[in-house]
Amino acid sequence: MVEPEGIKVIDHSADVVVIGGGPAGLAAAISAKESGAEHVVLLDRNSWLGGILPQCIHDGFGVEETGTSMTGPEYAEKYIEMAEKQDIDIMKETMVLQFDKRREITAVNKNGLHKIKASAIVLAMGCREKTRWNVMIPGDRPSGIYTAGVAQAFINLYNIMPGKNVIILGSGDVGLIMARRLKFEGANVLGVVEILPYASGLPRNVVQCLEDYDIPLFLNHTVTCINGKERVEQVIIAQVDKKMNVISGTEKKIECDTFLLSLGLIPENELANNVGIEIDSITGGPTVNQYFETTLSGVFACGNCLQVYDTVDVLATDAKNAGKSAAKNLTIQKKDKKIITKVAPGRGVRYVVPQIISEPGKVHLTLRAEKPRESSVLHVIADDKELLKKRLLWANPANMIGVDIDIPLEVMTTTQNLEVMLGDC
Amino acid sequence: MKNFQVAIIGGGVIGSAIARELSKYKLNIAVFEMGSDVASGTSKANSGVVHSGINSPHSSLKARFCVEGNKMFQSLADELGFPLQWVGKYIIAKNEGEINELEHLKKTGMDNSVSGLEMKGGSEVKKKEPNVSCVKALWVPTAGITLPYEFTIALAENAAENNVRFFLETKVTGLKKQQNHFLIKTNNGDFQAEVVVNAAGLNCREVVSMVEEPDFQVYLCRGEYLVLDKNYSSLINSMIYPVPVKELGVLGVHITPTIEGNILLGPSAEFIDDPYDKRTTKETMNNLIQEAKEIIPSLPDKAVINAYSGIRCKLALPESGGWADYRIEESKNMPGFINLLGVESPGLTAAPAIAKEIIKMISRLIELKEKNSFKSRIHGRKRFSELSTEEQLNLIKEDERWGRIVCRCEHVTEAEVIEALSNPIGAKTISSVKYRCRAGMGRCQGGFCTQHIVRIMGEYFNMDVTDIKLKSPNSNLFYGRTRGDQSD
Repeated sequence: MVEPEGIKVIDHSADVVVIGGGPAGLAAAISAKESGAEHVVLLDRNSWLGGILPQCIHDGFGVEETGTSMTGPEYAEKYIEMAEKQDIDIMKETMVLQFDKRREITAVNKNGLHKIKASAIVLAMGCREKTRWNVMIPGDRPSGIYTAGVAQAFINLYNIMPGKNVIILGSGDVGLIMARRLKFEGANVLGVVEILPYASGLPRNVVQCLEDYDIPLFLNHTVTCINGKERVEQVIIAQVDKKMNVISGTEKKIECDTFLLSLGLIPENELANNVGIEIDSITGGPTVNQYFETTLSGVFACGNCLQVYDTVDVLATDAKNAGKSAAKNLTIQKKDKKIITKVAPGRGVRYVVPQIISEPGKVHLTLRAEKPRESSVLHVIADDKELLKKRLLWANPANMIGVDIDIPLEVMTTTQNLEVMLGDC
Repeated sequence: MKNFQVAIIGGGVIGSAIARELSKYKLNIAVFEMGSDVASGTSKANSGVVHSGINSPHSSLKARFCVEGNKMFQSLADELGFPLQWVGKYIIAKNEGEINELEHLKKTGMDNSVSGLEMKGGSEVKKKEPNVSCVKALWVPTAGITLPYEFTIALAENAAENNVRFFLETKVTGLKKQQNHFLIKTNNGDFQAEVVVNAAGLNCREVVSMVEEPDFQVYLCRGEYLVLDKNYSSLINSMIYPVPVKELGVLGVHITPTIEGNILLGPSAEFIDDPYDKRTTKETMNNLIQEAKEIIPSLPDKAVINAYSGIRCKLALPESGGWADYRIEESKNMPGFINLLGVESPGLTAAPAIAKEIIKMISRLIELKEKNSFKSRIHGRKRFSELSTEEQLNLIKEDERWGRIVCRCEHVTEAEVIEALSNPIGAKTISSVKYRCRAGMGRCQGGFCTQHIVRIMGEYFNMDVTDIKLKSPNSNLFYGRTRGDQSD
């Protein structure tokens, strides 16, 4: 039967389909094209490209990558221009509903439903912010509770003030930047509350966003309750002990109308989850090999859906490699399956990416320390053998550590597990 | 001054069910709701369970209306298009000592003519519910689940479509009998009505005290809930209840699947003083997880995406067993003043049957003539995420807004948001969108879609978005414009 025109699923095929048009997706799509992929499709659910960058109007983007400090919109513009020049098939306001093991993508937009058969997929869906319920903050459910990124969107994209007297929980970078941003707009930022004994954002942001504006940072503190039947009226903050339990008797009421949460980011991997791609429980992103290929052949991951990066510069570098791999479609299946070595975080290390080495040679590892430490030593151990020992001046969980290592074939044939550790000098 | 024949105080599930039933007759009807939407109190914050009628003694109104209401649900769901699933319920005995209570419940149920009740052995339950451990269970196949806010909204909107006037953000502040009518004072002006129905829920005593000395007390019993991520929907297939907590007159912390695939844990039971104190507490949150783990040991710790509480309106204190029957009666001193007192669980289930009863009572006061123009809403809300590919394609072709996903977690389209905003009762808050189309109810809790809903609301109502409220008259989302924007 011939279906009437206009109400059938629109079929496409592509060499590389990138899901997500934020900085990672843009970088991956451009790199895939440059690496020889003929037909590259970039899908994004928003009406704009650049993901979160258009609302990040502060500077500091691109310093490591280009030596120039740009604002988020400027950085995004650079990549958007490149993507447009590269003849990449960009589909905006297009939401991917799912994809299957054969890499057939179902997406929807105002023109209808689309089926896209992809030789390779690059996942670049980004991340979402943790909510009050991720840390189970009890109390009322009034208006005036925002995640930092949502407040940032309202101020920077819509010129709307989310509140006047603000308490921020969590000293991640977005929270710190929002403290300063709100101050610029005339809001009264009453303090940033951090449960850890140290700030979790970049040290430069602590200085430039809090100290320079006399915004108090309450370390070893948390918010125990939100009060306010309609709009936020106050939050209760309290000190915590070394095990992060609230010390009773230290509760303090702070009158405010707005409570911002900057509790960290969760990689968005519903699509990967649904198709059965293995997710690392610590990073929250797919388990990948050194080519950023996930456990599903031909599907690659990059950007904040792989792991939450500190800077867009490092994120873009990795994303370019992921895009390149997708173009060249370096799948595990094409290699000898027997030589797979797992990389695991050891003492002092929270996680390592990639989690799998599928081929000997030069590999770039990214990892995070469990806690801040001065002068430490990074070890990469294969069974009892030390493959790498590197001195670090400092290690801070807020700063991702990158290290290159050469994995010889004989190590891969004799070892199934590599361990990455941080120790004292 | 506006004159009505019947004024209903309260737009909860009871008030809305009565309004919808009355809208079948040639009457002028008004509903006064102090919240910014219907279902803004206990009606939206409960387990969403359509009970079978095994928990209340045979002669009680609770048993009668529950059993009658239960039987009315399927046809109501078909007419109004709200979701309903007969998933059934296991009441489990965790030890030998609790088996007696199951037998007692079964007997009560059989007295109330509840069909299909069956005792099941622990291993039999395990086959159906692999994550649940128990020694024995009572299987209740006639128990179902619905979405309580969607049910209430469907009743109210259908009433409004049949010319019932809904006055939102309108609190009744005074009530006086004058000759053959009542004078109703509100923050939005004065009204007159021949018959007043007090369906004010937690505030039922406050309304009574406007005209006469109440001969009862209301005891408020708060119940907290946790909502789990849809990723864990496969933990259970049916509702799993412990044996009831007799001392408090409540059913105990149970595990309830929802239509949308989330799981609810709760409710707790705590007697409080303030009917507006709907907070959640750390201690209870932890207890809920612990108690749920006694039923499902494999329950994950970090699965919570939301928490809320609702308040039960009880006419009995815990000291007297916490159980009292509903009081549904016309005032003896004040003919035409009909009171619904202490309508707590199973009030959601009972609502349709109670509404029929109220019609009977009103028919003795006013002559009721059925109207020919009554329109039952035979279409439910269309949900993009639940439609077939062909239906999705047709809708997108008709209106491209069906192809624009606004809420990424729940796959809600712009067209659904617009439909929610065009509701016939005039509710226009962020929550009224959320409870109609689910935008903002997923795991990111509105992180991505709030800005889009704000923009769409601004365009649809042609309003200044800084006036948008979250859920109630003083729950403004914003504090004006940024500095750079103050010039215009």
